[in-house]
Amino acid sequence: MSSKVDGKVPAGDLSTMWTDQRFKMKLVNPANKRKHTVIVVGTGLAGASSAATLGELGYNVKAFCVHESPRRAHSVAAQGGINAAKNYQNDGDSIQRLFYDTIKGGDFRSREANVYRLAELSVNIIDQAVAQGVPLAREYGGLLSNRSFGGAQVSRTFYARGQTGQQLLLGAYSEMMRQVEAGTVKLYNRREMLELVVIDGKARGIITRNLLTGEIESHEADCVVMCTGGYSNVFFLSTNAMACAVTAAWKSHKKGAYFANPCFTQIHPTCIPVHGDIQSKLTLMSESLRNDGRVWVPQMKGDKRHPNEIPDSERDYYLERIYPSFGNLAPRDVSSRQAKFRCDEGRGVGETGQAVYLDFRDAINRLGRDKIAERYGNLFQMYEKITGENPYEQPMKIYPAPHYTMGGLWVDYNLMSTIPGLFVAGEANFSDHGANRLGASALMQGLADGYFVVPYTVGDYIAGNKMAPVTTDHEAFRSANQGVRSEIEKLLSIKGTRTVDSFHKELGRLMWEYCGMSRNEAGLKKALEEIPKIRKAFWSDVRIPGEADEVNTELEKACRVADFLELGELMCRDALERKESCGGHFREEYQTPDNEALRDDENFCHVSAWEWKGTDQPQELHKEKLSFENVKLSTRSYK
Amino acid sequence: MADKLINVKLKVWRQKGPKDQGSFKEYDAKNVSTSESFLEMLDQVNENLITKGEDPIVFDHDCREGICGSCGFMINGDAHGPQKSTTVCQLHMRAFKDGDVLVLEPWRASAFPIVKDLMVDRSALDRVISSGGYISTNAGGARDANSILIPKQDADEAMASATCIGCGACVASCKNASAALFTSAKISHMALLPQGQVERERRALLMVEQMDEEGFGACSSTGACSASCPKDISLTNIARMNREFLKASINKKPESSDSGGM
Repeated sequence: MSSKVDGKVPAGDLSTMWTDQRFKMKLVNPANKRKHTVIVVGTGLAGASSAATLGELGYNVKAFCVHESPRRAHSVAAQGGINAAKNYQNDGDSIQRLFYDTIKGGDFRSREANVYRLAELSVNIIDQAVAQGVPLAREYGGLLSNRSFGGAQVSRTFYARGQTGQQLLLGAYSEMMRQVEAGTVKLYNRREMLELVVIDGKARGIITRNLLTGEIESHEADCVVMCTGGYSNVFFLSTNAMACAVTAAWKSHKKGAYFANPCFTQIHPTCIPVHGDIQSKLTLMSESLRNDGRVWVPQMKGDKRHPNEIPDSERDYYLERIYPSFGNLAPRDVSSRQAKFRCDEGRGVGETGQAVYLDFRDAINRLGRDKIAERYGNLFQMYEKITGENPYEQPMKIYPAPHYTMGGLWVDYNLMSTIPGLFVAGEANFSDHGANRLGASALMQGLADGYFVVPYTVGDYIAGNKMAPVTTDHEAFRSANQGVRSEIEKLLSIKGTRTVDSFHKELGRLMWEYCGMSRNEAGLKKALEEIPKIRKAFWSDVRIPGEADEVNTELEKACRVADFLELGELMCRDALERKESCGGHFREEYQTPDNEALRDDENFCHVSAWEWKGTDQPQELHKEKLSFENVKLSTRSYK
Repeated sequence: MADKLINVKLKVWRQKGPKDQGSFKEYDAKNVSTSESFLEMLDQVNENLITKGEDPIVFDHDCREGICGSCGFMINGDAHGPQKSTTVCQLHMRAFKDGDVLVLEPWRASAFPIVKDLMVDRSALDRVISSGGYISTNAGGARDANSILIPKQDADEAMASATCIGCGACVASCKNASAALFTSAKISHMALLPQGQVERERRALLMVEQMDEEGFGACSSTGACSASCPKDISLTNIARMNREFLKASINKKPESSDSGGM
């Protein structure tokens, strides 16, 4: 094992590990905190909560967001809920059970210590959110309400209608804006991070492009906290927002941060199906719908009857049939794969045959239309706006779509990457979800990292490292700044014939075909041949109108696509290298007789952490061995 | 629902920068599928412009599912277009007919300076929030979430106000360019919850003051804001804000600077 991928998991018992670790950490004197500057990149759940909390502690925080307002970060779109081991329902939940469900849900490819801490902190998040005024759903008696999510047999998901992400983000955002008013947080909006600055081996700043003026700016700090989300947009079509990109993470990777498990991507089972070539993004229909919706396809291949005319005896409620104990609440990877299998068998529905039904008929008959409207009204409305069909009258048509990436920058127990002083939180890191994330766990992780982990570990780092003062006149800043300018000039000088989107779509189709819901050796090898060709064509034929020193949305997109074109290759290499199936990574060669993922714990019970070795050089693979001392490695079954 | 192909004519406000003179330019959007979203139609227009070597039309957008609040412009004088309770990213071309002429203009309000084409700067709304749109609570030390009971009706009403996405359609639709609906939604959300009581009066005073300072106009209760709101934020919020503001103004006490013996 390479020493650089030492997870630095403290010795001792899981249940007291984080408490012990916090006690061992060095502290920064309250009066000294304002002398230290921390850069936070991104203002989603992880970024806004980090910036707010570091500001509350008294650090001098610079917060950067690519949007006009920090409230627009894509966490805002999370619909269904947030898990917490409160056991308010008295249904057998506990920190231990949330920990176990998350490890099992991730198909035994995550680090036990991180996941235990996440489960432990989950209860504090709900308290924190309620104190901020987040209007989580309540029962008539005034107590908080819960719903169920996939991969769990307890009801532990807290929610605010279908807008849980929005409400939690507004909570974190308003606390951050309070710190802006207090002067501890300085907000830099419409800024995109295009480079990390490393001095004496430590992360000391970033280079950003001001998206309004085009100015390339340098910002120095004592350390950098990156909360820049995931990379699902490598597929072009995904449920991510249009600006979601890998750029900040990728530039850091090229500066020495290892990229872990890039092939672990989550394909969400319930999204509105693709309608045509012009489509720009896919829309998720929350997993919470599977509390009351039943998933089915016709038993007969190519059955073109209207769904309401197909009697129950001719429907295949395949999730209930295959997974009787979890039924429609089977985890995401499993549900997505089964939907694909049904469509591959020719039993898909809709015009393209690439869809399955999600049917509320029985729930409406049982509970009444009003109850269903109260639970999911805004989702039903959204579905109708997009498809023109009324889900109260006929089943929804849904299909899996790229949604979340479990892979990301490698971090240790303190959420620090392989570059000292570069912390990575939220979806941008790889740490907690293994090979598959359970529903309602992303919000939990983003906020746990931001409110309760980063503020401690950043303090420990600052107190334990004496740093020479630097200014943006330092040679490292000047060369990084110049590097960014040169890349932009190069992109603008190509003046080719094809639009940025045309390349992005070409890459996306290739990734979906060969590195999507199922992968095989031949396909991955083909993708590895094709991606460099697309990249070469991009760098010789892309057309970007406009100039560098103005609002230039095509230039913004081009910078992001250039990085996706490199990431895509690494994802395929990682998928090829991992000769097993686990969670969302399904290699067709490695499956059980009944088409379930077949893990190889003998050879692949590790995190794959890739080290950048230079342009046109293959990355080097480092392995962090995963050991399971508290949960028994077993076959993951939801039957 | 069966898709159709339609042609529409666009008259789009083009303005290179905040200080440049703008004007309307005409574009044809041909063979547009009615299952496309409005922004996907614009994407197509832009792809054609880029291929021809022209500057694409700039507009703010991100999530494209009606929740981030980035998008928004006027279509034939309606904020977010003709469909009720719908952001422009959720508007689909089936709402239009073959041959329609669509006039696209940015939000117009002096508090929202134009950045480029249909993109404006709404950071004034962020400053209204930072002036007092929060419940002061540091991370750590919050008491158990169930220790304060909140009646379901109060929680639901607070939620209804809290769903505001900050898109600015209310300001753009108001003849006075008032931000009363936006500001009142936040004041209401927090005034309805037990956690929001301590700072309730201070919040109302500070947020209203900041709203005025940003150059938003006064509310004259025409209701255009709520009618154009993609999230159906109710006018009741404005009535509540007015009550909160009045009460707070009457009760206003001088702030003490006593920080205890040091």
